[in-house]
Amino acid sequence: MLDFSAFSLFDAAFIVIAGVTVIAALGVVIFRNIIHSAFCLILSFLGIAAIYFQLHSGFLGVVQILVYAGAVAVLIIFAIMLLMNQDANRTNQTTPNSKQLFAAGGITAMILAALTAAIGFTSWPAGQLQSIDNSLNLLAELMLTDYVIAFETAAILLLVAVIGAILIARGVDDK
Amino acid sequence: MIGLPHYILLGSVLFSIGLFGVLSRRNAVAVLMSVELMLNAVNINFVAANKFIASDAAVGQLLAIFVIVVAACEIAVGLALIIAVYRQRRSVDLSDFNLLKW
Repeated sequence: MLDFSAFSLFDAAFIVIAGVTVIAALGVVIFRNIIHSAFCLILSFLGIAAIYFQLHSGFLGVVQILVYAGAVAVLIIFAIMLLMNQDANRTNQTTPNSKQLFAAGGITAMILAALTAAIGFTSWPAGQLQSIDNSLNLLAELMLTDYVIAFETAAILLLVAVIGAILIARGVDDK
Repeated sequence: MIGLPHYILLGSVLFSIGLFGVLSRRNAVAVLMSVELMLNAVNINFVAANKFIASDAAVGQLLAIFVIVVAACEIAVGLALIIAVYRQRRSVDLSDFNLLKW
């Protein structure tokens, strides 16, 4: 596996992007200040968008940047600014119960080990990454033919969720 | 050299980090952020499998877009619920979220 003769610029780009993404994701979980966690989360979203661009699916990369690094990040940071009323360095604590923390780490390590073993033992099909990006045409065709009902349902779901979010966050009038 | 297993491995690592965040954080907003990480990890798997195995069909990318839609709904409703509880309890600590307990 560590055969560096076939090492290309593509592989180097993957390693750098994946490293930045994983380190940023670790930052989300490790930092004690939740604002720092939120900015790490944005960096991690941008890294995942770079992975999409590297996989030649540019449309999904743009959607990722718009929806996650744009809308979701702004929503989270606004919520943090509305909700934090204490010392910023104590806003993102781990659970005080060390037994619970140990159990969380144990479960995570077991699941990661199981997934890694499963990936190692699977015989993957030897597919090659196609360098042409025709996914935009394919996606548009799928969305408006075979998956049109799912597409419309997703639209209604978004509308209902946004109206529901406004109603829940506004609260009930006492009058 | 870099192939489909490496992308799947990246997805697994991100999923595990998100899972640890969900299980170990006390701040409700931090738990939502970790859930977003887990959903993104799944999206990487969808797109990588689509591109490496069946790149003449875009169903994997379509599923990833639906996951993004549902994740956006989830974060909007989740943050609204957290704000609603914060009005009652003046706290976002998950151990204070016991309004439905009797």
